[in-house]
Amino acid sequence: MTPAALAWLRLPAAADPAQLLPAREQMAFTLGFHIILVPFGVALTTFMLVAHHRGLRRGDTDALLLARRWSKVAAVLFAVGAITGTVLSFELGVLWPRLMGRYGAAVGFPFAIEGLFFFTEAIFVAIYIYGWDRMRPWAHFWSGVPVSLASVGGAAAVIAANSWMNQPGGVTVRGGTVVDVRPAQVFFNGAFWLEFLHMLLAAYIVAGFFVAGVYAVGMLRGRRTPYHRRGFLIGFVAAACVLPFQMIVGDTIARHVFAQEPAKFAAVELVPATGSHVPETLGGVLLDGTVRYGLPVPDLASVLAGFSPSTTIQGLNAIPADVRPTDREASIVHLAFDVMVGASLLLVLLALWFLWVWWRRRDTLTTDRWFLRAASTGGILALACLESGWVTTEVGRQPWIVVGLLLTRDAVTTRGDLWFLLGAVVLVYLAVAAGALGVLRSMKSRWELHGDQSVEVPYGPERRGEPEAGRRVP
Amino acid sequence: MPDVVAVFLFIGIVAYALLGGADFGAGFWDLLAGGARRGREPRRLVDASLAPVWEANHTWLIYCLVILWSGFPPAFAALTTTLYIPLMLAALGIVLRGAGFAFRKASLRTPQQRVYGAAFALSSVLTPYCFGAIAGALVSGRVPVQGDGDPVGSWINPTGVLGGVLAVLVCAYLAATYLTVEAHRRDGGRLYPYFRVRSIAAGLATGVVSLAGIFVLRADAPRLFHNLGHRALPLVVLATAGGLLGLALLLGRRVRGLRVVAAGSVALIVCGWGVSQYPYVLGTHLTLTEAAAPDATLRVLVAVACLAAVVIVPSVVLLFRLAGRGSIGEPPPGDTP
Repeated sequence: MTPAALAWLRLPAAADPAQLLPAREQMAFTLGFHIILVPFGVALTTFMLVAHHRGLRRGDTDALLLARRWSKVAAVLFAVGAITGTVLSFELGVLWPRLMGRYGAAVGFPFAIEGLFFFTEAIFVAIYIYGWDRMRPWAHFWSGVPVSLASVGGAAAVIAANSWMNQPGGVTVRGGTVVDVRPAQVFFNGAFWLEFLHMLLAAYIVAGFFVAGVYAVGMLRGRRTPYHRRGFLIGFVAAACVLPFQMIVGDTIARHVFAQEPAKFAAVELVPATGSHVPETLGGVLLDGTVRYGLPVPDLASVLAGFSPSTTIQGLNAIPADVRPTDREASIVHLAFDVMVGASLLLVLLALWFLWVWWRRRDTLTTDRWFLRAASTGGILALACLESGWVTTEVGRQPWIVVGLLLTRDAVTTRGDLWFLLGAVVLVYLAVAAGALGVLRSMKSRWELHGDQSVEVPYGPERRGEPEAGRRVP
Repeated sequence: MPDVVAVFLFIGIVAYALLGGADFGAGFWDLLAGGARRGREPRRLVDASLAPVWEANHTWLIYCLVILWSGFPPAFAALTTTLYIPLMLAALGIVLRGAGFAFRKASLRTPQQRVYGAAFALSSVLTPYCFGAIAGALVSGRVPVQGDGDPVGSWINPTGVLGGVLAVLVCAYLAATYLTVEAHRRDGGRLYPYFRVRSIAAGLATGVVSLAGIFVLRADAPRLFHNLGHRALPLVVLATAGGLLGLALLLGRRVRGLRVVAAGSVALIVCGWGVSQYPYVLGTHLTLTEAAAPDATLRVLVAVACLAAVVIVPSVVLLFRLAGRGSIGEPPPGDTP
């Protein structure tokens, strides 16, 4: 390896507390895990209501069965999301005590609002799950609506806290402590609306393509029933309809970041030095302050930022050296951004392919193996977009935890061996993930073998019929 | 204003102790229910009573955490930098417990149910112990204002152990009384004697440990001891009376009012702690006012708490009624597969 590559891989600066890297890795891992569950809370519950509504309005039994099963999947995922969300709130205190101690008055209260939404969601999830066959049909449908709405509200509150860290406002700081807070300005900070909209649309895209992918796999395995077709269409059409709006929002955000968070933009576009006629680099990394191994498209970054090749983009060299992101951090941000854009372009192609199949040869929708194969990857692609988008915004803020106010290394705890904790957390989360997948798979196989009533779910009532709990099922 | 927020925080703590505590206690009895065959009946009752309200009960913890970190940020930071070990153990317990409970419910095979059930039950003891130990560290003044206190000695000490053991026992007592009433109502009361005996045992154990605790507190947390004997004395007396009344009801095989009496005495004890601790948030060295966030934040918290009362309480009541009395209605006859 070249010395430059070695320098790129080096561990953090000696001045950083030993806890900084494991704390960041742990936060990234647990947040990255939790965020997978968000789209299902927000969007799968919406799809469930869409199917439920259709089932009631048109007497469509397939749609009703979909709603019933999706509600059970949503319950399992909600249980996992509730657990991982609780862990995150512990981590905010244990890993980042100085963030909460100094700025808890500002960054903390959106979580109180989130708690309110979460409460509502937890209660109505239970009511809705309980309500199957026990409540009057339309009253039951309406008991599911608060689940979906509350999950949107909860996501908004968490995004308010996160976007405040990107563009803090509404606080008066004196002598390192917050002496005044203007709550409305904290919550609806400069980055809030775009970030929230971006995440909301992402939730529909991820959950939609995921759901469609599940039924695409089913159809590839020969289960080409109207039930599978209906499940596929609800997910795919929702995701594909949201996709164009997400492109517009994403493009707007890029220019917003260019104007409001120049340091992040410099990392995203991998711009070492301030200048005009900045090329858009596809791939590539920053080594010793120069861009390597990338494919530059001349002037494109300048054009995208300001609609003209002469637009000046602030480079990483304009950031004071002590708060400049490292080459490695800038490269991670840039590559994550490229993955996000690249994967979303593949999703657009997939949506266009669907449109062509739908208009020209609709009867082959459930039999076109190449299309179904492509569609079954949509969920993974969308998830890659979601994760890499979060890496872009979170790593892109470094070395700040609250831009301009608090450095990440000053916020981290200085006690304990966090590598051990990180290892334990990874093991436990892997076990939880394996458990959740195992439960979902066993639910699926029981649905196929024994019909819908054979599955018990968290929050749900006791099953009345046989087989009794604890009995071995072949 | 800080006092108002502190009151709301304490309402959350009481609610979590009563509702979350009963859940943890149910896990405790699940743990002691014996092998798969012998323990099947009690475990089914635990499952059936917990299932609908389980998540809602645990959101009280989140409520307490957010009020603490938004309302009293320096106290929260001092707490987390000192007590990170019991906090992470409690979090581990919450993960295993939640996952175990949810997955056990959804899995059919006995070996799988055993693994998930064990995770659920073991962590039901671990988590309340840790929370009790954290409370012990707080009241005995072992969390310094600047944080970074002794990571081990702060919670492994006489008051910490007392807090932990008492928390586990109180949870077990609450759960056993709730389950006694539940068992009386369901299945022709077959499990009623089972849980009645356990309620009495747990109630007696709680009483004995509380008596021993008097001496521990006198030696280890003198200020709390003093205030419990003066300012909070009416609450302590009422709680003791409630405990005795609960035992009397159990011995006299009465079910009516049992839950209210048991929950009431636990709530009174928790309130007694709060009254004795006032006006300090940490030991005797950081007052609520000193630790409080700016007023604007506190007003938001009060608004959220009031909104919670308006929105949440009716829906919780609805859910408890639906789940408790089965008033959503019995399933129609053709409901079996």
